Amino acid sequence: MKRTLILAVPFLFAAPAVQADAALAALVDKAIAASFPAGEGQDLSRLVQDDTLKTCSQMRNNPTEKQAAAILEREAKNMKHPEGGKLLGDWKKGEKLFAAGFGMRIGAIEPDKADKQKGGNGGNCYACHAADPKEVAAGTVGPSLTGYGKLRGGGDDIVKYTYEKIYNAQAFTACSNMPRIGHNGILKPEQIADVTAYLISPESPVNK
Amino acid sequence: MRCMIPGLAICLSLAAPAALAEASVAEYRAALADKDANPGSLIIEKGEMLFKTKRGAKAETLEKCDFGLGAGKLKGAAAQMPRYFKDTDRVQDVESRLVSCMVRLQGFDEAEIKKKLYADQRFNEDNTPLEAMAAYVYAQSDGMALNPPKKHPKEKEAVKLGEALFWHRYGPMDFSCATCHAEDGKRVRLQALVNHYNKKDIQATVSTWPTYRVSHGAMRNMQHRMWDCHWQMRLPDIDYGSPAAVAIIAFQADQARGVKFDLPGMKR
Ligand code: HEC
Ligand code: HEC
Repeated sequence: MKRTLILAVPFLFAAPAVQADAALAALVDKAIAASFPAGEGQDLSRLVQDDTLKTCSQMRNNPTEKQAAAILEREAKNMKHPEGGKLLGDWKKGEKLFAAGFGMRIGAIEPDKADKQKGGNGGNCYACHAADPKEVAAGTVGPSLTGYGKLRGGGDDIVKYTYEKIYNAQAFTACSNMPRIGHNGILKPEQIADVTAYLISPESPVNK
Repeated sequence: MRCMIPGLAICLSLAAPAALAEASVAEYRAALADKDANPGSLIIEKGEMLFKTKRGAKAETLEKCDFGLGAGKLKGAAAQMPRYFKDTDRVQDVESRLVSCMVRLQGFDEAEIKKKLYADQRFNEDNTPLEAMAAYVYAQSDGMALNPPKKHPKEKEAVKLGEALFWHRYGPMDFSCATCHAEDGKRVRLQALVNHYNKKDIQATVSTWPTYRVSHGAMRNMQHRMWDCHWQMRLPDIDYGSPAAVAIIAFQADQARGVKFDLPGMKR
């Protein structure tokens, strides 16, 4: 993972050194094409990678400087703000979205129920991040966000960074393990503004 | 959820699977150190019975199925899989090999088998015949060291391909297996994640599948785990015994090589 905006983090695990291997990538594509049968409830368009994920997969999340720069440039263009440009929304709505894990599960075996789907997707942030100190069931795949606003303040630059980071983590960190929440349509821009407020607002339990 | 061990007080505390902490699973396992008390043992027995029953259009048993050591030789066979099979010209794991044998020896229709692969835990279903029989075949390698062959070019290719698939990011969450399984000591919510590059970690995982999943009240095999994690990745259903699923399992087995099976497993 290459960090450009913030300090570099050392690689924490012994992933093998990699070089892009076109023959192997072709084998992967062939195996995938043969492993997900079409049918009711199957959306095979989800198997298609964009250029960013292609690079990250082949380089095992360890892109060269040049590849990382290309990803940052591309993903910065994949950025959208809410209509009206308000990046700080309602932290109480954000609190619900941060915790909700619902949505986007497909297939014939155990797809999300349509009636629940109407409520939209959750952000599923607790899968990977701590936030409200009272929530113990917080994952550790991402860094803790407890005290986020208290530590960084709520200046315009922090608000903009936070919103944009959630919308598209790879605009800041090439091959970040964090899903591109906005770019991939998991949450809508207005919802990301709500989550941003949840992280930044002094009233939010995140900062108590 | 069903609790199949009457009189075991700890069963009660397992009634809330979602909030189950690692500690209580450890207690549960300790309480069940006697393997005969693992509910999975009953499913293995059922699997043995089904394996030796004449079934399918040809009214045959599976006793002549070849899992790599010769027709009908089950002892230690699972410990040497996935492996290349000449008759199907594919690398196969126990689960996919069972399907081949059901089709070839018993005359089952593959598409028909795949219509109902797994017990649905939402409806408290009993394990399917395929699940029970896979558990039985693996159990014949209990206590044996995992050492799948890596001689045939397709066996070598499967391991390499499996590792590449492990890093392959796709789906609307940008996930690959590595997102969750390539660092030590990580968790999703409260669930501890196995690091596939930590030998002890991956050995503890691979040696205990098939496993009785307490939260499912059912025996699960590694093909089900592959389906489950791809489902979590918000991908379509990965096909049972498909080239991608078998390759990832071959990679996992290669990482875990040398560990002795400790079956049946017991997990959250
Ligand atoms: C699959 C794991 C995962 C999920 C789900 C996830 N994140 Fe992250 N997140 C990460 C990782 C890993 C990082 C650190 C790498 C990076 O900065 O890109 C991160 C970084 C961040 C940062 C930057 C922190 C900093 O120090 O600058 C913010 C803010 C953040 N995540 C918010 C969220 C929110 C809000 C959600 C849900 C809507 C979310 N994340 C969902 C894994 C995840
Ligand atoms: C978003 C996170 C996530 C992704 C991506 C993911 N998994 Fe998992 N995986 C989990 C969780 C959580 C568990 C544990 C579930 C539990 O305890 O109930 C798990 C369990 C497993 C286990 C069983 C571990 C054991 O000790 O028994 C295996 C094996 C596994 N995953 C392999 C994979 C593979 C292979 C992939 C990619 C195809 C993958 N996972 C993708 C989250 C993930």
